[in-house]
Amino acid sequence: MIISIASGKGGTGKTTVATNLALSFGSDVQILDCDVEEPNSHLFIRPVIDEVETITTPVPQVDMEKCTLCGKCGDICQFKAIVVIGETVLPFHELCHSCGGCVEVCPEKAITETGRELGIVERGKRNGIEFVHGRLRVGEAMSPPLIKKVRTYARPGALTIIDAPPGTSCPVIASMRGADFVLLVTEPTPFGLHDLKLAVGAVRILKIPCGLVINRSDMGDDRVRRYAEGEDVPVLMEIPFDRRIAEAYSRGEMIVETMPEWKDRFLDLYHGIEEVVAEKEQVQ
Amino acid sequence: MKEIVIISGKGGTGKTSIVAGFASLAENKALCDADVDAADLHLIMDPEIRECHDFESGHTAIIDQKKCTQCGICRDLCRWDAISDDYVVDPIECEGCGVCYYFCPEEAVDFPLNTCGEWYISDTRFGPMAHARLGIAEENSGKLVTLIRQEGKKLAEAEDLDLLLTDGPPGIGCPVIASLGGASAVLIVSEPTVSGRHDMERVAELAAFFRVPTMLCVNKFDLNPDQGEAIEAFAREKNVKVLGRVPFDPAFTRAMVQGKNIVEFDGGSEGCRAVKDIWEKLTRAIEN
Repeated sequence: MIISIASGKGGTGKTTVATNLALSFGSDVQILDCDVEEPNSHLFIRPVIDEVETITTPVPQVDMEKCTLCGKCGDICQFKAIVVIGETVLPFHELCHSCGGCVEVCPEKAITETGRELGIVERGKRNGIEFVHGRLRVGEAMSPPLIKKVRTYARPGALTIIDAPPGTSCPVIASMRGADFVLLVTEPTPFGLHDLKLAVGAVRILKIPCGLVINRSDMGDDRVRRYAEGEDVPVLMEIPFDRRIAEAYSRGEMIVETMPEWKDRFLDLYHGIEEVVAEKEQVQ
Repeated sequence: MKEIVIISGKGGTGKTSIVAGFASLAENKALCDADVDAADLHLIMDPEIRECHDFESGHTAIIDQKKCTQCGICRDLCRWDAISDDYVVDPIECEGCGVCYYFCPEEAVDFPLNTCGEWYISDTRFGPMAHARLGIAEENSGKLVTLIRQEGKKLAEAEDLDLLLTDGPPGIGCPVIASLGGASAVLIVSEPTVSGRHDMERVAELAAFFRVPTMLCVNKFDLNPDQGEAIEAFAREKNVKVLGRVPFDPAFTRAMVQGKNIVEFDGGSEGCRAVKDIWEKLTRAIEN
């Protein structure tokens, strides 16, 4: 089963829920940290990394001996990533989306591809948890191809927990698509609610069953609960504000390590998810 | 006219609450919400919309089934696997590269421009504001960030204002890159946690890449003073000016619930005093 943990608003506790759920589950579990811009799960899982891969995306290079300056490459490119200027062709690698259109269209076969580094994928283990994350190269704009690469490591048969980035645009979609369940982590504040509505909108577009964790559940108001009830989104767990949890988090400690009594609550969360997924499958 | 962009790397460190506080303290300014993916500043600013515009950017392929002969060229060329076995384009996977449109021998592919959000010019009790809403699951957030910052600058210039206060997005990817170019200064709002520190280091590196003068404040400082001090020490090492510390203060959440900023909600609160102190230092820093 693939559970993607998302939120809309940042800083609501996605990583806390992802890592504690994984550690509580114990074995045959993977964490794929798809928040490749700012991955944080490793700070809590502290895996021993044993594989590092540099991930590149193809970008054009032009053989000027063959090029006749016809300009077809510039015409097909939707991203202004290749242009004929005077007597030369300039590819702008950082703007390139790697569609291969210029390579295909060039009548002289003067364009081949080289790689632009997107970042790295690191893999490791700790305490039975398989760990994979992507780290976007600082200065690189495009995260979805790196996220998709991280997701190729999902192992069928295992419980795969995806730590998604905040927001609702393409990197989030890349982290949720194809999941069996999306667990939305929110806080009961106006910002939390506003961004939760966007996240629920995204989940509905993808037609994935979802449920809610309300973090810092006693700080704010009851509008998130009322919204969840009205939208038929089940609240599967509430985590009240506890300074001990906040302080443990600040040091990189997991709740279930500092307060082992939480392990059962995270397992209950998992069973709650299983039930929702089973119900949806029956309906279908 | 100067523009200060407030970013954080990590989400949820308190960027928007602090920007909302600054809105009460800054004079002759316009506001800009460049966190177009999950914009929240308007929830405090309560803008009255003066103008609303569609944001059009990028294209999506659509195959006309009547013209399509299922020759397979588009499926072979599409690198996003966005075209199904029965030749229907999945608009979420479609990158908008136009390769199928260009190469279809039957001219069966249409390639219309997308409307992927809206942007607004509004009035608020703190002054004018430029803000935007990217449609759910849409692309091109970087382009919308660039557009809304340009509109914010035009707005400030048209109304003869000295400052644009821009609430930036989290992360270090395309929308953040779009929010940094040409800014007068960047303020990073961090938090004293392992993740706050990790993410602050990456976003500070990005800001350095753009050669934008960068400043730092640490929110919820007392949650872990050692971690807070470590973040400040890292900042000094990287020539990031440390402006101050904001304590963990539940008044920020209570203010937000009432749709107010911290200055309006409780001017005597510890949080408010810290925000004022940081604002004064920030003003002095950008004047120099």
